[in-house]
Amino acid sequence: MTMLRIENLHVRIQDEGTEILKGIDLTIRAGEVHAIMGPNGSGKSTLAHVLAGREGYEVTAGRVLYQGQDLLAMAPEIRAREGVFLSFQYPVEIPGVANTYFLRMALNAVRKHRGLPEIDAMDFMELVEGKAKLLEMEDALMARSVNEGFSGGEKKRNEIFQMAVLEPKLAILDETDSGLDIDALRIVATGINALRSPERAMLVITHYQRLLNYIEPDVVHVLADGRIVKTGDRTLAHLLEEKGYGWIEAEAAAATASTAATAVAKR
Amino acid sequence: MSSQNPVLDELTSREYQHGFVTDIASDSFPPGLDEDVIQRLSAIKGEPEWLLEWRLKAYRHWLTMKEPTWAMVHYPAIDYQKIIYYSAPKTQKDGPKSLDEVDPELLATYEKLGVPLEERAILAGVAVDAVFDSVSVATTFREKLAEMGVIFCSFSEAVKTHPELVKKYLGSVVPTGDNFFAALNSAVFSDGSFCYIPKGVTCPMELSTYFRINQADTGQFERTLIVADEGATVSYLEGCTAPKRDTNQLHAAVVELVALAGAKIKYSTVQNWYPGDKDGKGGIYNFVTKRGKCAGKGSRISWTQVETGSAITWKYPSCILLGDDSVGEFYSVALANNFQQADTGTKMIHIGKNTRSTIISKGISAGHGQNTYRGQVLIQKGAEGARNYSQCDSLLLGDKCGAHTFPDIQVKNSTAQLEHEASTSKIGEDQLFYCRQRGLSNEDAVSMIVNGFARRVLKELPMEFAVEATKLLGVSLEGSVG
Ligand SMILES: Nc1ncnc2c1ncn2[C@@H]1O[C@H](COP(=O)(O)OP(=O)(O)OP(=O)(O)O)[C@@H](O)[C@H]1O
Ligand SMILES: [Mg+2]
Repeated sequence: MTMLRIENLHVRIQDEGTEILKGIDLTIRAGEVHAIMGPNGSGKSTLAHVLAGREGYEVTAGRVLYQGQDLLAMAPEIRAREGVFLSFQYPVEIPGVANTYFLRMALNAVRKHRGLPEIDAMDFMELVEGKAKLLEMEDALMARSVNEGFSGGEKKRNEIFQMAVLEPKLAILDETDSGLDIDALRIVATGINALRSPERAMLVITHYQRLLNYIEPDVVHVLADGRIVKTGDRTLAHLLEEKGYGWIEAEAAAATASTAATAVAKR
Repeated sequence: MSSQNPVLDELTSREYQHGFVTDIASDSFPPGLDEDVIQRLSAIKGEPEWLLEWRLKAYRHWLTMKEPTWAMVHYPAIDYQKIIYYSAPKTQKDGPKSLDEVDPELLATYEKLGVPLEERAILAGVAVDAVFDSVSVATTFREKLAEMGVIFCSFSEAVKTHPELVKKYLGSVVPTGDNFFAALNSAVFSDGSFCYIPKGVTCPMELSTYFRINQADTGQFERTLIVADEGATVSYLEGCTAPKRDTNQLHAAVVELVALAGAKIKYSTVQNWYPGDKDGKGGIYNFVTKRGKCAGKGSRISWTQVETGSAITWKYPSCILLGDDSVGEFYSVALANNFQQADTGTKMIHIGKNTRSTIISKGISAGHGQNTYRGQVLIQKGAEGARNYSQCDSLLLGDKCGAHTFPDIQVKNSTAQLEHEASTSKIGEDQLFYCRQRGLSNEDAVSMIVNGFARRVLKELPMEFAVEATKLLGVSLEGSVG
């Protein structure tokens, strides 16, 4: 089953008009894990935000189907309730709102959408304790306000913890590995792997091969300057780690140039 | 009014829920104020000569005073001759007796407001004094409290039954000439609550006063006096509502608290006077003087307020920390939505040694609302080892509202330790998006963020009321709060 289908997606920044995504095509099937790598500023987070429904972007062309439905027509909270989860590159702090309280509100919103009753407090605690153990989250973090004063690594771990509780169908992880020490990386990867299943798909944005050592992706894409310029299997990630992005960009530029040349010659 | 966020707009335009009018026959004075009015008022209440004199003295002083203009609030001049200074339900002429004698129409009114006066229906453990326009119409659980020596009754009744206590403490914290509105109140106050907790007694239940303005063009001028004798403890709560009207109405109250050695008074307010409509028409002008005196060693006074109503709020619950080791606290959430203006804060006056004070102020502005924190911390020469911690945070919803902070700190003793923190933040699109990405509606997200912001203060409220206040914050901004 196709989980996500992105067709010729063009996106620009609403107020200033700069085009960031310049025609993305991408298909992810249930059960697959795709990695997206690419230089800083190439549009990876922009893609993640547009998929999650953040305001401030304008889709000028293309479409996105999520489980066959028009994703871009849904409000952000509907997307979330339908199973789209974004692990933020920069998780937001919400002072005064306890982490577990927040999570219970979120879980109940999702359950309500699916026609399930609110989760009973005891069941919730049990669920949370299990997932907290998986991600080695300390009790203190659970009781504290959402992300407030969390270290960079703790914030990322909290994102994956939330994902583990909400059990989304499509998880988009935006640089979840950055800022994690070696142990935390292993723990977070374990959390992510625990969620891998034939019904679920993941889009993992990262700069580093090391995360992909733990989460072995089925497909690796390279995003450069708003386009997917190369797609391969997991060996592509190794190649990138070794050689950087320069060679791909050169290759892509050459390809574009030659298409242009052919177009001219054909006239 | 429109911001970027349609849900914020919708949220901030919710309807006031206590805006109904009770249809009841009232005896009212014609509008206007002079010495005759004060004499009639005093006569109706059968007051002793000394109290009439006290009122007249205040009135004469008031005539020489000017309405203050330093606050960040703007309103057309008030015509004090157009206000009705006394209005009471006909059936209540002689003041409340037993609950069976209270007009059923009044009982129904309080029931509708969520403050049932039948003792068995009331929130367990809360005694209520219900003030309707100018008079107290009922006080519950009096007998039960009397068993422990706690006096809890209307002010008018206290003047008759405990004149020595009233005479001793009335005006001892807020003198008649303290400020323009306090002087006016001293001249014309019509009723209010009185409470005395004897030595060493911990009041067995929450005490509360519920203020309701019903009659049009009536000013409400009530006076509350709470005295906690040595080692006594009491927790007191006031709530307020009024019908929706196009005209503004004046509420000028005075609250005096006295805590003797080792006594503790916790005074909580959930203020939900009619705030005016979304265009700024109508609403209550709330000009209130509240002050507590920590008279004895080791005494403690704690003010907690949740101010969501009124067109204008002008109030600065303060503590005079006279006794050594005494403690003053001020926890405040003030919300200004639509065209509401709130200018509120506190004064902590450190006189005794090792006195401590804490100020936590949370201002929320939405719509065109203007929210001002105005606070003073004064450390007197003799206040050896005094300490203050102040924290003033402002939260803005949308971009047409404003937040202002005017902290004033004066230190005359070099051993004092003061700490001040302040912040202003906007409910960020980032925060809202984060919540929505987790499945919360925009409305729930706003409520959650606002309540999170106010949490430090809300948790100071007695439990039963914290739930109420949390709801109110959500409703006032629109939306349900968790
Ligand atoms: N709101 C905005 N206003 C202006 N420019 C923006 C905005 N959001 C993104 N951009 C620009 O769009 C480009 C792509 O940004 P994006 O965050 O998607 O990159 P990225 O691939 O995630 O980079 P990184 O690896 O550094 O996280 C950048 O040049 C960025 O400056
Ligand atoms: Mg990024």
